[in-house]
Amino acid sequence: MFFVKKGVLLTALLVASAGAVAQNAKPTDPQIAHIAYTAGEIDIKAAEQALKISKNKDVHAFANDMVRDHTAVNQKALALVKKLKVTPENNGTSKALLKQADEEHAKLAKLSGAAFDKAYAENEVAYHKTVNGALQNTLIPSATNSELKDLLSTGLKVFQGHEQHAENLVEKMK
Amino acid sequence: MTDGSRHLYRVLLVAIFALAGPVSASAEVIQVKVSGFAFNPAQVVAHVGDTIQWVNGDFLAHTATARDGKWDVSLPAGKSGALVVKKAGAIDYYCRYHPNMVGRIDVVRGKAR
Repeated sequence: MFFVKKGVLLTALLVASAGAVAQNAKPTDPQIAHIAYTAGEIDIKAAEQALKISKNKDVHAFANDMVRDHTAVNQKALALVKKLKVTPENNGTSKALLKQADEEHAKLAKLSGAAFDKAYAENEVAYHKTVNGALQNTLIPSATNSELKDLLSTGLKVFQGHEQHAENLVEKMK
Repeated sequence: MTDGSRHLYRVLLVAIFALAGPVSASAEVIQVKVSGFAFNPAQVVAHVGDTIQWVNGDFLAHTATARDGKWDVSLPAGKSGALVVKKAGAIDYYCRYHPNMVGRIDVVRGKAR
C-alpha cells in the first residue's frame, strides 16, 4: 500500500509541475531551453542514483540507457543554444522540477533492494509522462525558433520511447 | 613456402571462394534506415540468405532486437549493423532502448531475384 500511496503522491506533485509549466502562459525560447536541459539532467541524476543503489540488472540496463540518451540529447541542446546564441534562462518551472526531483531523490535514498527498484521504475514512468505532457502541450507549441522546435520534437520521440521502456521495466518488477 | 606465405595463400583461397560463392551471387542487402526514431521502411520482405542492413542516422544509439530474443543488433549513433536472415518466417523486432520503435521482416523461401 505504501508504494501505491507514494505513487499517487508523486503523480500529484508531477501534475502540479505540469500545471506550473502551463501557467507560464508562454515560456520564452531561453526558458524552454533551460527547462528541457534541466529535465534531462534530472533523469541522469536519478539514473546515477539507481546505478549506485540497485543490484538489479534490468534496472542497471535501463539507467545506463537513460544516462546515454539524455546526455546525447543535452549535448545537442547545448550545441544548439550556442549556435543560436541563446543563453538558457532559469525560471519557475525549472526550479519546481528540480525541487521535486530533490525530494524524490531523498525518498529513494532511504530505500534499497526490490523496494528501491520498484519505486525508481514507477517514478521513471511518471516523470517521463509529465515531461512528455509538458513538451507536447507547452514547450513545443511555445518555441519560436524552428531548430529548437525540431530538437524538442526529437526529444519528445526519445522520451516517449523511454516512457514505454520504463513501463516495461515496471511490468518486469511485478 | 614459409609458414607465413602458406597462411596468406590459404587466406587468399578462402577469399576467392567467398567471392565466387553461390550465396553472394544471389543474396541481396536490404537497407532499413533508422532515423527520426523509426525504422524505415518498417516492414521489409527478404529472401533466405539476404542481409538486412540497418543504417542509423540518428544521434542516439538504437538496437534492432528480435521480439523472440533470438538476435540483437547494436546500432550505435551514426553507424550501421547487419544481420543475415537464415530461416523463412515473419520476424518482429524493436529497439530495446526505445521500444516504441518497431519493425518487421518477412523472410520468404527461394531466390526470386
